[in-house]
Amino acid sequence: MMVLQSLQRRPMHGYALVQHIKQRSNELLQVEEGSLYPALQRLLKEGQVKAEWEISLSNRRVRTYRITPAGKKHLEREISSFERMLEGITLVLSPSES
Amino acid sequence: MNWFRQLFTRNRIYSDLSEEIEQHLTEKVEALMDSGMSRPQAEQAARREFGNVARVSERGREIWMWPRVESVLADIGSAIRKLRKSPGFTFTAIVTLALGIGANVVVFSVLNGLILRPLDVPQPENLFQVVHGNGKGAWTSQSYRDYLDYRDRDLSFTGLMAYQMQRVGLSVGKSNTRSWGYAASGNYFDVLGLKPTLGRFFHATDEHGPASVPFIVLSYDFWQRQFHASPDVLGQTIQLNQHPFTIIAIAPEGFHGTDDFFWPDYWFPLLNAAQVTGSDDLPFRDHYSFDVMGRLKPGVTPHQATDSLNALATQMAKEDRKDDGLSATVIQAGPAGKTDNPMKKALLGIMLLAVLVLLAACVNLASIFGARAADLSGELAIRMAIGCSRWHILRQLLTEAVLISIAGGIAGTFFARLLLSALSHWQAFGDFPTHFLISPDHRVYFLAMGLSIVCGFVFGLIPARQIWNTNVLQTIKTGTLQSEAFRGFAVRDILLVVQIAVCTLLVTASLVAVRGMRRSLQVPLGFQPHNLTLVQADLRMAGYTGEQSVPLLKRMIGAASAIPGVTAAAGADSVPFQGGGGWFVYRWGTTEFLPSHMAFGADTYLISPGYLQTAGTRLMAGRDFTWHDDKSSPGVAIINETFAHKLFGNPSAIGQRFMLWASAKYEVVGVVEDGKYGSLVEDPQPAMFFPVTQGPGGFLPTGAVVIVRSQLSQDQITAQLRNAVTGIEPNVPYTIAQWDDAIDRSLIPARAATVVLSIMGMLAAMLAITGIFGMASYSVSKRLKEQGIRIALGAQHLQVMRSTLGRPVILLLIGSVIGLLLGVFTSSLMSHLVAYATPRDPLILAGVLFTMLLLGLLACFIPARRTLAIDPAQLLRE
Repeated sequence: MMVLQSLQRRPMHGYALVQHIKQRSNELLQVEEGSLYPALQRLLKEGQVKAEWEISLSNRRVRTYRITPAGKKHLEREISSFERMLEGITLVLSPSES
Repeated sequence: MNWFRQLFTRNRIYSDLSEEIEQHLTEKVEALMDSGMSRPQAEQAARREFGNVARVSERGREIWMWPRVESVLADIGSAIRKLRKSPGFTFTAIVTLALGIGANVVVFSVLNGLILRPLDVPQPENLFQVVHGNGKGAWTSQSYRDYLDYRDRDLSFTGLMAYQMQRVGLSVGKSNTRSWGYAASGNYFDVLGLKPTLGRFFHATDEHGPASVPFIVLSYDFWQRQFHASPDVLGQTIQLNQHPFTIIAIAPEGFHGTDDFFWPDYWFPLLNAAQVTGSDDLPFRDHYSFDVMGRLKPGVTPHQATDSLNALATQMAKEDRKDDGLSATVIQAGPAGKTDNPMKKALLGIMLLAVLVLLAACVNLASIFGARAADLSGELAIRMAIGCSRWHILRQLLTEAVLISIAGGIAGTFFARLLLSALSHWQAFGDFPTHFLISPDHRVYFLAMGLSIVCGFVFGLIPARQIWNTNVLQTIKTGTLQSEAFRGFAVRDILLVVQIAVCTLLVTASLVAVRGMRRSLQVPLGFQPHNLTLVQADLRMAGYTGEQSVPLLKRMIGAASAIPGVTAAAGADSVPFQGGGGWFVYRWGTTEFLPSHMAFGADTYLISPGYLQTAGTRLMAGRDFTWHDDKSSPGVAIINETFAHKLFGNPSAIGQRFMLWASAKYEVVGVVEDGKYGSLVEDPQPAMFFPVTQGPGGFLPTGAVVIVRSQLSQDQITAQLRNAVTGIEPNVPYTIAQWDDAIDRSLIPARAATVVLSIMGMLAAMLAITGIFGMASYSVSKRLKEQGIRIALGAQHLQVMRSTLGRPVILLLIGSVIGLLLGVFTSSLMSHLVAYATPRDPLILAGVLFTMLLLGLLACFIPARRTLAIDPAQLLRE
């Protein structure tokens, strides 16, 4: 979900994606950088992102990932279900009035 | 197909992934170095933050894998390696299965080609035949007048066509050959919905009364063969029995008429049939000589159509008494529709036996597999002990089994194909154009594949049970599977009994077939065909009428008798086993000649004086004909004993009289012995003989057969006869053949059945021998030590033998008895295959028992010798 959300802002390659997620989460999410790649492969296989070799701004050959329409749809669904879940959790956790 | 593409692009995906990870690390290192780290520090930090590179790329790759398929592929790979390690076992197993599956493929192809195959027309499922009566008899044809009523007054069909088979002398330019085609109604091609390759077909609108449509349509094959596919043939004229017909069309490729096996060379309008053949069937309601087929209207079932036609038939019988008792049944056209086909039953019976052979083969393989699993039990137990699941081991064994069975299936199908292609080019009936389309089609391949896989599972799963129940600890300790085969009645024993029973059944079937064959060769024929040569011709083909034919036949007989070495010669219009027709016989004094009043139908032969003597038919009473029995003298007939018995009862029939129709009256002047006329297995048939100079009711024949008895060799007599007859009339196509050969040909189906049954019997016997042998030697080797001790303690050889071989022998006996009982119970099935023999025959019963005993002895001989050769001292030392 985070990967898709990040890719929806702009297409990125793996390294940039890792940095982007780290920054956005204010370094709260400390994950192994490598674990991103199996996740990307899964998204690739499910057709939610696609990848192409391109030359980056820093003149490097990098593999850039883009979100596909299917990925966008999936993201929307995920977000809405996540929001519902969050809402549920919030309701349960909030101090009850009765 | 996405996964399929992935299989091939996967390597690229993997290399992309590695490269990407590599790039990531470089970038990270550079970023860290920018922030002030040294290169080694940066590299270390980058790797630490990245995590385990190998593991990441592995997990990335796993996503693309298809775990189930890959592990199956791995299983197949390991199975192939294992099988290659034991080539003897693999070869035996594959050959056993190839024989079993091959036999099934052959029989099923024949079944498929002869019985299940639809006709080669568009929408064969909607083509129906209107057959006479209740559809159970062999009699399917209709009269033309009835056909017209069905066509014009019944509402069930969108179209109804009629045709009859015709043998005609066909002249293209100067050459005149005997050929076969259809005389068909004008709407024939339109009802079938065919489009010509070239030209235009004749249609119903072309029909304007008798002999009004002098057109002919050639079959594609005939056009290729005779005219080398030249498009110029359209508009050319060819002669049918010397009458000109214009070629107007070439039928589509692959269309071979509407009979089961007969492929016509051409189609001409049936309105012109009388002109060609000289005898007119069209006006008579009781000349049943046309096959009628049509397309049902949408929504009408064959059953409804049958009811509707029968209502019409009742109405027709009221209008014309010739239609008394008329009824019809609508069935699917083509071989599939005939439910009461004896060949179908015979083939289904053989198919059943073939499946049994395969079953026996599977059972055999199951025990071999079981034994193999027992041999490998140590290895398997260790694998289980270190954590391999039972399911996994089972899957591997099954993979092996299915692999073997598929290989066997492919080999079997391959050999079956070779055999079948030889069979389909076989012309069973001389120059009569029959074709058996039995080369395998998709259905056959499907069956072969299915059978292979099922077989694999059957013989793979039986030993699997054994593995499932393995006690790992026990097995590792003792090194062998603790099989329970020698306590109680084990699966293995049941398998062996089944196998022996199947084998007994097959041996019974083949003995019955062989005995039936021998018997039918000894059946009295009512004539002596040995050393008799036949010269056959249809004189109509050279334009002769009946009146002109008789003098020609007389001259041919004279010329044949003049050949040195010929002891006798005579003539006839046709002879037994070579076609010929029959007439309905009516009692003396009948006034209304309706089919419902007739006494019976009798085979009819027109013969010259001296025919009976030449053919070797015994005259029981009365006299032979003379050349003076002609049209000017009263009608005379010679009848056979069955005829005499049926019409007149037992007292002498000489001087008695009967009729064929009002003007055809006959007095019996002679009685001859009964004989066989169409097939060796027929029941006694009534037959009658008229003088060739009188004909039935004055119709003189145009068919001519000269029969010649001589001691000359076949080549000599054939050449001399050909010279003699072409010297008299060169324009007639003659066929010269030995009468023996013609009768042999009628035995072909029975011969084929005998050969097939014998082969299957032998296969089954081989399987049984190996089965018993395996069982016996296993039992001997298992108990070698025990027997050694017993011998050391003073047991006699006989006792030792009894304890080791007792079990196989008892199983053999049980299996044989079961098989024999099965054979007796299925004797009605077997009687469809061969006449004159049943399994109830004591000689056959004895033969079967003897064979099984012999098989048992053969199979137990080596194990028994091993038992006797036990040296207790040596054994105990080991």
